[in-house]
Amino acid sequence: MNHPTKAEEFLSDGANAKWHDETLWFVRDKRDSSSKTVPEWEELRDLASRIKDNVLDYLETYLLEFEKNAKANNIRVHWAKNAEEHNQIVLGILNKHQCKAIVKSKSILTEECHLNPFLEKHGIEVVDTDLGERIVQFLNQPPSHIVMPAIHLKKMAISDIFHEKLQTEKGNDDPYYLTQAARNHLREKFLAAKVAITGVNFGVAETGEFVVCTNEGNADMGVHLADVHIASMGIEKIIPKREHLGVFLRLLARSATGQSITNYNSHFRSPDTGKEIHIVLVDNGRTEQLAREKFRNSLKCIRCGACMNTCPIYRRSGGFSYGSTVPGPIGSILSPGLDLQKHSSLPFASTLCGSCSDVCPVKINIHEQLYEWRQEITKAQAANAKSISMKIANGIFAVPFAYKISAGMMRGALKFLPDSITYSGLNTWGKQRDLPELPKETFKQWYKKNRS
Amino acid sequence: MVQKKQIMSSRDYILSKIRNTPRDKRPLPEIPDFKVDGELMDRFKRSLLMNKGEIVDAKQLEEFIDSHQFKKVLSLSEEFRSFSNLDIPDDAHQLADMDVAIISGQFGVAENAAIWLEERDMGLRALPFITEHLVIVLEKDQLVSNMHEAYERIGKGASGFGLFIAGPSKTADIEQSLVIGAHGAKSLRVVLV
Ligand code: SF4
Repeated sequence: MNHPTKAEEFLSDGANAKWHDETLWFVRDKRDSSSKTVPEWEELRDLASRIKDNVLDYLETYLLEFEKNAKANNIRVHWAKNAEEHNQIVLGILNKHQCKAIVKSKSILTEECHLNPFLEKHGIEVVDTDLGERIVQFLNQPPSHIVMPAIHLKKMAISDIFHEKLQTEKGNDDPYYLTQAARNHLREKFLAAKVAITGVNFGVAETGEFVVCTNEGNADMGVHLADVHIASMGIEKIIPKREHLGVFLRLLARSATGQSITNYNSHFRSPDTGKEIHIVLVDNGRTEQLAREKFRNSLKCIRCGACMNTCPIYRRSGGFSYGSTVPGPIGSILSPGLDLQKHSSLPFASTLCGSCSDVCPVKINIHEQLYEWRQEITKAQAANAKSISMKIANGIFAVPFAYKISAGMMRGALKFLPDSITYSGLNTWGKQRDLPELPKETFKQWYKKNRS
Repeated sequence: MVQKKQIMSSRDYILSKIRNTPRDKRPLPEIPDFKVDGELMDRFKRSLLMNKGEIVDAKQLEEFIDSHQFKKVLSLSEEFRSFSNLDIPDDAHQLADMDVAIISGQFGVAENAAIWLEERDMGLRALPFITEHLVIVLEKDQLVSNMHEAYERIGKGASGFGLFIAGPSKTADIEQSLVIGAHGAKSLRVVLV
C-alpha cells in the first residue's frame, strides 16, 4: 500500500490526527527553545555536518581504525553485509551461550534487519525494554517514530494492553502507574537475561569505544546485568575522534526532544571482567547509498527524529503511513535506496517546504534529496511504458497531485499527467483538508510562521 | 572455521565496496573554543533542575536517608561512608533491591548537568542504574562549562566503561507525559562539597 492510501486511513479519525499533529509539534517546539539557548547552535550544526562529510570520505579508514582499537580492547568485531547476515551472527552468539531469552534496548538497525521475528522463529524470546518499544511490541506493531516509538498511541490504549499483558487495573491510564507496572515487569526480565542487545549512537574510531544514549537507563540495565552485550551498529555511525562526541552530544538530545542531553550516555570501551562485548558492523544497503552521490548525505543522519517532528506530512499522516522502518523525511530518502519499487511513493510524501533540512542537526539537504528521488522515480516510470491504470495501481502517479498543498513545487511533475487523473477523485489530502477537526493553517501560513 | 571465513569475506567485501566509491577528501574541521565565561555553578544547578535532579546538602541527605529508614545503602564516597551498611557484592544481581547508592562524580558539565563517572567510581557498572535512589557527590570546583571542555578533560582516559549521567531515569513514552523512574534510579541527588 502506498503512502497516500495509508495516510487517508490515518486521517479518517480526524480528532486523533489533530492530536498527533499537535503532540509532534509540541516536541518540535521544545527543540526550538532548547537550540536557542546555545549561541553557537548553527556553528555546531555546521561542524557536525563537516565531521560527517569527512567520515564518509574516509569511511574505510575509520572503520579499520575502529576495528583495530575495539579488538585491542577485547571487543569482538563482526561484519555483516546485510540484514540476514546480521541476524545469523546474533543467533550464532546466542546459540553459543545457549541463550533462549534476551533483552534489547532501542535499535532502529535491529528493526531494519527484522531481528525480532527472526529470533522468535528460532525459539528465542525477545523483550524490547524501552517503554515505548515494549508497548508497541505488546501490540504487535512496529515503532511509529524512531525516538518516540509509541507516539501514535493514546494512554487508554496503553492502559488496555497493559491490563491484558501485565494485569494492571482496568481503565487506569495514569502514566506514572503504567510506567511503574512496566518497570516491575521489565526488572524481572533484566535480572534474568544472559544476553543484552543494544544499538549504537556513535562508534569512535580513535578509541574503539561506542556510545549509547538513553533516558530510561534500559540499555544499561540490560547490558550490565547480562554476561554478553551485543551492539548492532550501522557502518555510518562511526566518528573519528572522542572530541567529536562533544559536538554530537550537544546536538542530539536538543534536536530530538529539547533536553540538553539524554540522562544516560554510556561509553563502552572494554568488557567487564568475565563478560563479552560483541559489535556487529552492518552494511545492509549503506555502501549502495554511499555510491549514490546525490543521496550520499543521507548517511550523515544521527537518528534524532527532528525531521519527523517538524514535517507537516509526518505529523498529519503518522509513522505507519510510510511503511518503512525509518519513517518521515529521512526515511523517505533512505527507504527508496533499499527497495525503490516498494517505497516509490515516499519521496512524494513531502511538501518540499524544507523544514526538515532546517532542523537537521547534521544539515542533510533532506528536501532536495526528496526532490531528486522524485525525478529518479519519474524517469524510471516514463521509461517503463505501462498503462496509466497500472501506474495508478502501483501508486506512483497517484501521489504527486495528492500533495498539491505544496503549490508550485510539483508543477514540473504534474506536467507528466493527463488532466483526467490529476482532477479525478484521488486527492487524499484535498479531501482531508475539508475535515473541520484538522488544523486550519494553510501551508503558507505554516511556512511563514516557522521561517520567522 | 567456516563461519570465520564468511565473516572475513563480508568485512573485505564491505571495505572494498567503500574503497571503490570515488569520493572527495574533505578534511576534518577544527573545533573552535566555545568555552563560556560566567557562573558555572549557577548554570549547573539550573540544568540539573531541568533534568529533574536535585541539589542537596549533607544535612538534607542525612534527613533523606534517616526519614526513609532505607535498608540497603551503599556509599563509595568517603564523605558519607557512615551511611553505608553494605559492601559491593561480587554479582550485581545482588543489588536488585538496594535503596540508595552514594558515589563520587569526577566532574560536572554546567550546560547540561551531566556528571562524568568512570568504572572505578561505580564499584560495579550496574550500580548507578539498579539502585532505587542515586546520590552523586561532586566537588564544587569540579565543573566545566560545556561538552567540549568535558571531553578535553577526559582526554585519553581509558576506563572500560564511562558514563555521563544527567538526571534520574525518565520516560515520556506515554502521551509525552514525563514520568520519573522508568528502569533506572528513581531520583538523583547531587551533593556539592
Ligand atoms: S535526517 Fe537529520 S533531522 Fe532527520 S533524523 Fe536524521 S539527523 Fe535527525
